[in-house]
Amino acid sequence: MGIFILIGLVFMIRLYFLQVTDNRYQHTAENIVLRYVTQYPARGRIKDRHGELLVFNNAAYDLMVIPRQVKAHDTALLCRMLGIDREEYEKQLQKAMHYSYYKPSVFARQISKSDGGLIGEELYRFPGFYLQTRTLREYPRPIAAHLLGSIGEVGKKEIEKDPYYRTGDYIGKSGIEKYYENDLHGKKGMKVLAVDVHNREKGSYQDGRYDTLAVPGKDIFISLDADLQSYGEQLMQNKKGSIVAIEPGTGEILAMVTSPGYDPNMLVGRKRSENYRALRDDTLKPLLNRAISGTYPPGSTFKMINALIALQEKAIRPQTKFNCMGPLSAPIKCTHNHKSPLNLEEAITQSCNPYFWNTFKSTLNKPGDVKQGFENWHRDVVSLGFGTKFNTDIPYEVSGNIPSRAYFDKLYRGSWNALTVRSLSIGQGEILVTPIQLANLVAVIANKGFYYPPHLLRKIEGKEGFPEKFTRKQVSTIEAKHFDIVQKSMLDVFEGQHGTARWYKMDSITQCGKTGTVQNPHGEDHSLFIAFAPLENPQIAITVIVENAGFGSTWAAPIASLMIEKYLTGEVKRKGIEQRMLESDLIHGEKEKTDNN
Amino acid sequence: MRRENTIANMDWLTVLMYLLLVFFGWLSIYSASSDEEVVNVFDFSQRYGKQIVWIGLALLLAVVILIIDAQFFSAFSYIIYFSILLLLMAVLLFGKTVAGSKSWIDLGSLSIQPAEFAKFATALALYRYLSSINTNIQRLKTKLVSVVIITLPALLILLQNDTGSALVYAAFVLVLYREGISGAFIVVGVFAALLFILTLLFGEVWVSAGVTVIAVLLFALFKKMRKRIKPLLAGMLFSIVFVFSVNYAYENVLATHQKKRINVMLGIEKDPSGAGYNVNQSKIAIGSGGLKGKGFRKGMLTRYHFVPEQTTDFIFCTVGEEWGFAGTSTIILLFVFFLIRLIVLAERQKSHFSRIYGYAVASIFFFHFAVNIGMTIGLAPVVGIPLPFFSYGGSSLWAFTILLFIFIKQDANRLNLL
Repeated sequence: MGIFILIGLVFMIRLYFLQVTDNRYQHTAENIVLRYVTQYPARGRIKDRHGELLVFNNAAYDLMVIPRQVKAHDTALLCRMLGIDREEYEKQLQKAMHYSYYKPSVFARQISKSDGGLIGEELYRFPGFYLQTRTLREYPRPIAAHLLGSIGEVGKKEIEKDPYYRTGDYIGKSGIEKYYENDLHGKKGMKVLAVDVHNREKGSYQDGRYDTLAVPGKDIFISLDADLQSYGEQLMQNKKGSIVAIEPGTGEILAMVTSPGYDPNMLVGRKRSENYRALRDDTLKPLLNRAISGTYPPGSTFKMINALIALQEKAIRPQTKFNCMGPLSAPIKCTHNHKSPLNLEEAITQSCNPYFWNTFKSTLNKPGDVKQGFENWHRDVVSLGFGTKFNTDIPYEVSGNIPSRAYFDKLYRGSWNALTVRSLSIGQGEILVTPIQLANLVAVIANKGFYYPPHLLRKIEGKEGFPEKFTRKQVSTIEAKHFDIVQKSMLDVFEGQHGTARWYKMDSITQCGKTGTVQNPHGEDHSLFIAFAPLENPQIAITVIVENAGFGSTWAAPIASLMIEKYLTGEVKRKGIEQRMLESDLIHGEKEKTDNN
Repeated sequence: MRRENTIANMDWLTVLMYLLLVFFGWLSIYSASSDEEVVNVFDFSQRYGKQIVWIGLALLLAVVILIIDAQFFSAFSYIIYFSILLLLMAVLLFGKTVAGSKSWIDLGSLSIQPAEFAKFATALALYRYLSSINTNIQRLKTKLVSVVIITLPALLILLQNDTGSALVYAAFVLVLYREGISGAFIVVGVFAALLFILTLLFGEVWVSAGVTVIAVLLFALFKKMRKRIKPLLAGMLFSIVFVFSVNYAYENVLATHQKKRINVMLGIEKDPSGAGYNVNQSKIAIGSGGLKGKGFRKGMLTRYHFVPEQTTDFIFCTVGEEWGFAGTSTIILLFVFFLIRLIVLAERQKSHFSRIYGYAVASIFFFHFAVNIGMTIGLAPVVGIPLPFFSYGGSSLWAFTILLFIFIKQDANRLNLL
């Protein structure tokens, strides 16, 4: 009899621990019986400044697998439908089993709508597999890949940083998709379903009391003009370089082209990683957004900065004349054939090197101490937006380089003067700028002294307010009155008798510009051009750089002018110039040449 | 007159506990086997419906047993015993295989499991034999014959590959104990089992060392033991030999799935998807019940088939999940009282015959109770034996009912025998 009581007691004690003190089993039970089905929200769409759709969602499927429920099936058929080989099949299954034997994991991702439909019909043959609806990004026009960016599966670090994400979720990996991820992704919902041991759904758990609805992501309007962007990309095809166009009054980016680029649709779906690898390994670096990550010496375009600073620091007056001895000039010679002496306006139009060397020297020597003069110069340059990042909403921006006094002190052990750093006078030497910084400079000139940080965001649907950092007016150290002469000389670049862009003058629009032919150690000169228009009421400020293309007036200037025409009139009438730009190939011709040799 | 006598003298307390257990059993089966929200209790295509039929027939059987002359079972015990042995042999030849065991006889729409009935037949035969005048448990012959009576059906059942049911016959050792077999047998048995388990857990060398240490300690600490150096040494040597033979027996005698089950229970092997799956799921289901349970028909795990064999061997999970600790302890207490009551009844029997039978009944119920609930909470290896009155199935319910009511009848009749 004792043994009955003993066993009864043992059982009760065991049950007490099992049922009352240990609540681990309760959690386990919930996890087994309840299936938490994530309701993925539709990701916000991206539209251009006129509301044209740039990115939208398309239905797609992920094939999920629960290893425990997998039974023998026609592996060959499944592989064929998914377009994978046996090895890949085994790999994915192993991966899923490694993750969890009981929980679903993604077996094949981003299956197109039509493929998903076919697989769905045959799914009954494959126990343990099911389809989960996901969305794919789709781009109606193959433009602005770098700006829009792409989405991809979250990585480990991203999950650690933000518990919102779960393995298999998508996250913006670059561009707008990355920068505005929190607005675009919406909020995931959760549906709690009761399931039986065969994973059959038994309906909503407690009538959906614990369900949460997915909140769709917000649509984002960006400042891009899709037509202008597309046109710019066409003009730049088969060329290396970039275009940045800004609306001077707001800092909104109207177009940002980098070339060579790629079709954003390449980084979508199951081909993503394969294409990504190909793009990454391409020697022309199509993944690099040259407009914000590429740094160049600004060349002659920097002469206007030195002019502005010299005026502001009272080192020169507009009437100040300097001599130019052409190729015999020292320490910097001049290759441009023009009259001498000349004043500031003529010097800008003619891009006279000795003039700006003298201007620069005067600026530095003005306070009587060359280093103090240099510091003033440095402060003024930085106030125009150089040497720092704008912290704009396009990731991977770089700051370029404006050498500091400390740098030269160290380099020359404290003993240096204007002559030592003379390259800076014509925009060469240590100075490095990005195309977006140059475009911003044009905006400053057009605005006569201030700018708003360049940015892409225009509006987030259903969200009040606007990031304050984009609306904060940045005032340069240069007073407004000094810009008139610079603007006038830039007008002469198009309209003047000797203007370097006089071939691209238009009667209907007053364009202002400045060419640059940038020497660079890596090969032929870069062709550079900055411009804004119309003079009376600037609507667009633009920078064009075509790498290794030679004179600024040959390539960059016509492209900038065509972009201005396109943006301001909606269509391009100068078909001859347009055709020459569209048809010239500055990459492959070179390549072929080397190939043939 | 006799019938009225039976009703009046019957132990109604036992009958009441029986009815309660059967009722709770049916509730659990109903809850575990009804998927839909709205169910018809009398849907005979479902298990809960069928079980109503089995319960009805069981009660009918109980009434019949109470009506039949008390001497009938005593008189026919050998005949019943040998018929059952024949039936068990027939099963081996013509039976159908369910879940790996060839233990069912198909009778058209109905399948019966003779092994269930063999229990009470064996109990009858044993009590008939031990209660006959010329037997004495102290004599070797009596011991041998008793053992043969017990092991014959056990062996046949073992051949059917129904290890669980065969193990039940070990319960008869308790009967023999009550009838005077030396307690040493049980002590030795328990000690051997202990050694077996320890060897599997810790390996031969450690256990042998442990045995030696214990022997030396016994010798050193107790003066009495010094006089018994020979038996002590012999015991030690036997233990060590036994320990070393465990591995051989374990590797060569037991089947793979049996080894696995033992390993999982001992925690040597963790295999929540294979052999340990049942136990793991069962523990989760019971554990998730908490103190008060999830409520009748709210047990998600048992209702959605996460626990295997949930209406038969693992029916206790439904109790655990839906009624919580309150429910499981109630059922365990009910079983313990029921068993104690059976022993009390057995002890008050005037005839040798009835007492032996009473002990046999209690032992069989106890064995089922201990092993079945033990396995659902991970304290015993998974052997497929039902929980009396709870588990779904006609054969087991009827066999348990017959077993019990023959005893109740004997008990009611105890005064008549004087």
